[in-house]
Amino acid sequence: MTLLTHLFGKLANAAALLLAVLVLNFCLIHLAPGDPVQVIAGEMGGASAEVIADLRAKYGLDDSLLQQLFTYLGKVAHGDFGYSYYFNQPVLGLIGQRLPASLYLALSSLLTAVVIGTLLGVVSARRPNGLLSHVVTVLSLTGYAAPIFWTGLMLLLLFGSVWPVLPVSGMADVVNPKTGFAYVRDVATHLVLPSLTLALVFIAQYSRLARVNMIDVLSADYVRTARAKGLPERVVIFKHALRNALIPIVTVVGLQFGNLFAGAVLVETVFSWPGMGRLVFDSILRRDYPTLMAVLFFSAVMVIAANIITDLVYRLVDPRIRAGAR
Amino acid sequence: MLGLPADLRAQQAGGGTLVIGSTQVPRHFNGAVQSGIATALPSTQIFASPLRFDENWKPQPYLAKSWEVAPDGLSITLKLVDDAVFHDGKPVTSEDVAFSIMTIKANHPFKTMLAAVDMVETPDPKTAVIKLSHPHPALLLAMSPALMPILPKHVYGDGQDVKSHPANLKPVGSGPYKLAEYKQGEYYTLEKFDKFFIPGRPKLDKIVVRLISDPNALMVSAERGEVHAVPFVTGVRDIDRLQKSKNIVVTDKGFAGLGALNWLAFNTKKKPLDDVRVRQAIAYAANRDFIVNKLMGGKAMPSTGPIAPGSPLEEKNVQLYKLDIAKANKLLDEAGLKPDGNGVRATLTIDYLPGSDEQQRNVAEYMRSALKRVGLNLEVRAAPDFPTWAQRVSNFDFDLTMDSVYNWADPVIGVDRTYLTSNIRKGIIWSNTQQYSNPKVDEILGKAAVETSPEKRKALYSEFQKIVVDEVPVFFINAVPFHNAFANGLGGLPTTIWGVVSPLDELHWVTPPKT
Repeated sequence: MTLLTHLFGKLANAAALLLAVLVLNFCLIHLAPGDPVQVIAGEMGGASAEVIADLRAKYGLDDSLLQQLFTYLGKVAHGDFGYSYYFNQPVLGLIGQRLPASLYLALSSLLTAVVIGTLLGVVSARRPNGLLSHVVTVLSLTGYAAPIFWTGLMLLLLFGSVWPVLPVSGMADVVNPKTGFAYVRDVATHLVLPSLTLALVFIAQYSRLARVNMIDVLSADYVRTARAKGLPERVVIFKHALRNALIPIVTVVGLQFGNLFAGAVLVETVFSWPGMGRLVFDSILRRDYPTLMAVLFFSAVMVIAANIITDLVYRLVDPRIRAGAR
Repeated sequence: MLGLPADLRAQQAGGGTLVIGSTQVPRHFNGAVQSGIATALPSTQIFASPLRFDENWKPQPYLAKSWEVAPDGLSITLKLVDDAVFHDGKPVTSEDVAFSIMTIKANHPFKTMLAAVDMVETPDPKTAVIKLSHPHPALLLAMSPALMPILPKHVYGDGQDVKSHPANLKPVGSGPYKLAEYKQGEYYTLEKFDKFFIPGRPKLDKIVVRLISDPNALMVSAERGEVHAVPFVTGVRDIDRLQKSKNIVVTDKGFAGLGALNWLAFNTKKKPLDDVRVRQAIAYAANRDFIVNKLMGGKAMPSTGPIAPGSPLEEKNVQLYKLDIAKANKLLDEAGLKPDGNGVRATLTIDYLPGSDEQQRNVAEYMRSALKRVGLNLEVRAAPDFPTWAQRVSNFDFDLTMDSVYNWADPVIGVDRTYLTSNIRKGIIWSNTQQYSNPKVDEILGKAAVETSPEKRKALYSEFQKIVVDEVPVFFINAVPFHNAFANGLGGLPTTIWGVVSPLDELHWVTPPKT
């Protein structure tokens, strides 16, 4: 199977999956009690029956569910993701505004987690029963077990209140806006706490994974051979062993992309990071169906895309898979 | 000028930037078609209104330099100031006033607020005559900035639906500040309007409202001086924490107009709560003083009736239901609720409005233990979010529920809706979801709504309050302990009845913060 036909098959699968996601999202969201009109009426401080009826008609909420579903799918087919009841804007525009912030957060924490996690794993694998190894294990378990919002709050209090060196909310200084390189640095500073919070959970997993795989690989014959050849330890570990130990990590990175988005909802809320996670949170509370369905849809697109990319990277890292050996 | 230090220069020129931190995300900026404080905060800066109110509930001139109510109460004549212009430079005329009033009447969720308005005549560009179908004393308060923003007819009169008009996100008003930027989910910036019709105002150059979703992050930002004002703080521990910070002034003034009450509501159509004695017994078994002083740390004001404390119409001389377990037991016995072998008279559910644990959940939990003492078993039903709770309560699927409801200054606007028989409307939250019905109350509220003599009106509302408190469709607990936090060094703090949901044109830096 060539790479191209393989990719084509993957994309066809993805399209079918996304249609299923659309339908499932629609059903799940409409199963929740309460509806957007009640929220709007509530935020208006109580509206009259006429206002409620008008709103329901305006948003097509008085149609049957099946009819609403077909109307929705028809619109999505034309690239129309609807109009946010709550934010009074087209949904696509809203997502466009929020997407960059989410990507910064997701990618930076992913990178942090993979790099730090793998390094910690490698270091502790060299002496599996050494003190360092135990410290890493305990720390990673703690990081993994602590609820993400709790970690966030602790970091917020630590770096916001006790030792106030980092900004705790927002994405940039809005009072004295920066431009150019100063702006990049400003955003990067604001990114530290949310990104670290999210990364902590994943650092734990990557360090455990890297540790186990490295221990495994380091006892393999070819590593013994490499050492016997008199290669320096640095080359043995990073060139020979790590490359093989990385394969499971790459797989997990792809699979974890969805978890990353779930974690982002909490992190973005704690640190007022203006990304899609917060948009999801706000839309759920308000039953803002169009926004919610669109955000979930695009998250699914990203998770699926991440999986396809993982699959490709996997083939690059491990030539055996490319050759079709399964 | 150049030789002066920056601080002093800023002081002489007024000016400076104020950063407000808020958890309230506005849906848009047009208060003519959207109520609620998230929209009202920016809307009252961007749009001017005919009148404004001082801390003693007295109307003050704003866009209207004078106003006159006809002796028969059937019309009000407004004379507009001469030099008011919109942010795009066009003058504010009586046409705009007429257009705005009719737009609000047609679109604002508070239907009773302008229901009496038939039409608005515009004999000349600076005179507007509001014609009423019956006298409507609540109209003056309805002309407040939070309730009656004057919209430019030349922008909104283009035939598009005002509720989703694009200008709602790019508003043009005649208020002290204009909207400079809105970054969805992050902040919005209000800039001083140079041609504002009151000379020398506003005093600040810029107001930045940062939308900080997490209350903890908001408190930390305030303590660090990154935000200079936090309005609408309700958390007892947050208030306490801010009060302890020496760089911050905390005040509970500026909320009388909103009149937000926390209360325990009963489903008066469901057994055994349809028996007034059972509701009274519950009121006697719940210790309001304990809730206010202990659960809420004394930060909240007790509320004893349907009209909020601070309103000139509040009747304090009502049945207080001081804690009396013996009386509660006696009333329950009389109502025929006999204890079973385990001492349980009845099992009921209690819901609460999610979002404010200190005001809602904790009180619901307290009620559970308080009512156990008189043999009533309460099951606390937590709702994960507002829509779930609203669905239950608005469909009468509840026994008892904690709730938080606003007076909105005049009973006609925010109080009547809870008690009028005609407002029992299934599926609509914050209507008469208690399904309370008393023809006498309906009659009094009807009379009071059109009574032009302030004394007679007050007497009618006193009678209303006594009846409602006696019949307990709602057990009143406390006024929401709203507090505003301001950085030290600010002058002209908003302490009127509308607080920060009125123009902040007098707010200024006495000692600007170091940047």
